[in-house]
Amino acid sequence: MDITLQQLVFYVVAILMSVFSVMTVTSGSILRSATYLLFVLFGTAAIYFILGYTFLGAVQLMVYAGGIVVLYVFSILLTNSDKSINQKICKSKLFAVLATVLIGAALVLFLIWTNGFALNAIPECSEIGLKEIGRDLIGMDKYQYVLPFEIVSVLLLACMIGGLLIARKR
Amino acid sequence: MNTSFLDYYSIQPVTNWIHETLCSVMPEALAIFIECVVIGVIVVALYAVLAIVLIYMERKVCAAFQCRIGPNRVGGKGGLLQVPADVLKILTKEIIRLKNSDNFLYDLAPYLVILASILTFSCLPWNKGAQILDMNIGVLFVLAASSIGVVGILLAGWSSNNKYTMIGAVRSGAMIISYELSMGITVLAMVVLSETASISGIVEAQANGWNIFKGHIPAILAFVVFLIAGNAEANRGPFDLAEAEQELTAGYHTEYSGLHFGFFYLAEYLNLFITAGIASTLFLGGWMPFHIAGLDAFNNIMDYIPGVGWFFIKTFFVVWLLMWIKWTFPRLRIDQILTFEWKYLMPTSLLILVLMVVLKVFGLVF
Repeated sequence: MDITLQQLVFYVVAILMSVFSVMTVTSGSILRSATYLLFVLFGTAAIYFILGYTFLGAVQLMVYAGGIVVLYVFSILLTNSDKSINQKICKSKLFAVLATVLIGAALVLFLIWTNGFALNAIPECSEIGLKEIGRDLIGMDKYQYVLPFEIVSVLLLACMIGGLLIARKR
Repeated sequence: MNTSFLDYYSIQPVTNWIHETLCSVMPEALAIFIECVVIGVIVVALYAVLAIVLIYMERKVCAAFQCRIGPNRVGGKGGLLQVPADVLKILTKEIIRLKNSDNFLYDLAPYLVILASILTFSCLPWNKGAQILDMNIGVLFVLAASSIGVVGILLAGWSSNNKYTMIGAVRSGAMIISYELSMGITVLAMVVLSETASISGIVEAQANGWNIFKGHIPAILAFVVFLIAGNAEANRGPFDLAEAEQELTAGYHTEYSGLHFGFFYLAEYLNLFITAGIASTLFLGGWMPFHIAGLDAFNNIMDYIPGVGWFFIKTFFVVWLLMWIKWTFPRLRIDQILTFEWKYLMPTSLLILVLMVVLKVFGLVF
């Protein structure tokens, strides 16, 4: 069995991501959870980079690692909820968690079994250029995405105005 | 315009020769692995050496602006060995653990800061064919990687269990998130001008004239905005209130000692260098030599300075500009800083972007 460098990196990143995902949920301190989540997001970005989707990887780093996790940490700092959480989990919640995990695992296994585990899906260092991404994002032909792009912009604008309305002084 | 100097500057033949020699004695994967390790070691070594140079320069420049002499005892007349002596001192210090704080996060924070710094550092274009991380989206990656550092600062401030560090961290978090916007928008304006986002592409687009001349009015404005925002991103100059010594002892790294403190210190100086390096790449042509159209003899003489030399000259010039600003202006208050960004700097940078796009569409740039 020969294994390429890319596959080796993929396995290492995948294992680290799974470990940190579990640790995000099980950790007692909320700030530690946020940090483990940051590692998971780093891992996702690393997988995008392995696949050659450098644009998506950089956006993942910028939006999630540099934006969302920073906001999480910020809000944790400002709300002073840094005490350890040691709540008892009631039975109905435990059942719900187990059911969700089982359904999720079943879905993933179903997808893998029907499609096969595509080991060779890693393209040969082909990087998608910024120009093509830009053209596709605001193109109007088939498989181009101007409508979703504009709808997301409107949604974000609505969020910003809503935030300003809530935060402004009366 | 004559662009034959581009081939003469390239060190691509050397790197290709090294790669082929390695490939002839071992499998390609191993060769690539060894090259990666060697380049990693070079990057870290360069990082440390540049930090020493920058700290010495900061002391001398600061002294000059304050009409003092600066370090002059250790190692001859200029005090050349002062900083290496300080480095040795910091290496021998104990790394102190705090009681009742989250030690994992406390130890992690400096590594996050230095990781972000080294990632952006390795995107700098040293020479033709000497880019280390060169992607199609290069500049976007620089912005993305530099935004990791703020997580480290916030974690450092929280896990030190100290009011000063906490205030410093929250201040710097608010400031860095805000100034990232102007920085990103001005970078976007330069991407519009050079029609590519890859760092080597941006440099090569400036072979017939630096961006600051090609883009005239919007490019000069963008340069000023970029320097202001970059200064804030590096936590320096009039924007150093994350570690305002007079109010917060040392800000977010008050509780750190030894090498962990050293990491923060190193990252601060190298972020200054990285900001200057990116500024010289985007606006001043990176490793491109200084040419004046028509003066061929002058241009030929300029070509004798290698690309890496030009990169260092320009970058240290911008570093000197930033140090000048730092030692001239007093520190701002946090509300002044945020008002300045959101009410003046960001609208200005949006205007610059629109102006640049209009000029580019109508072909009014050179």
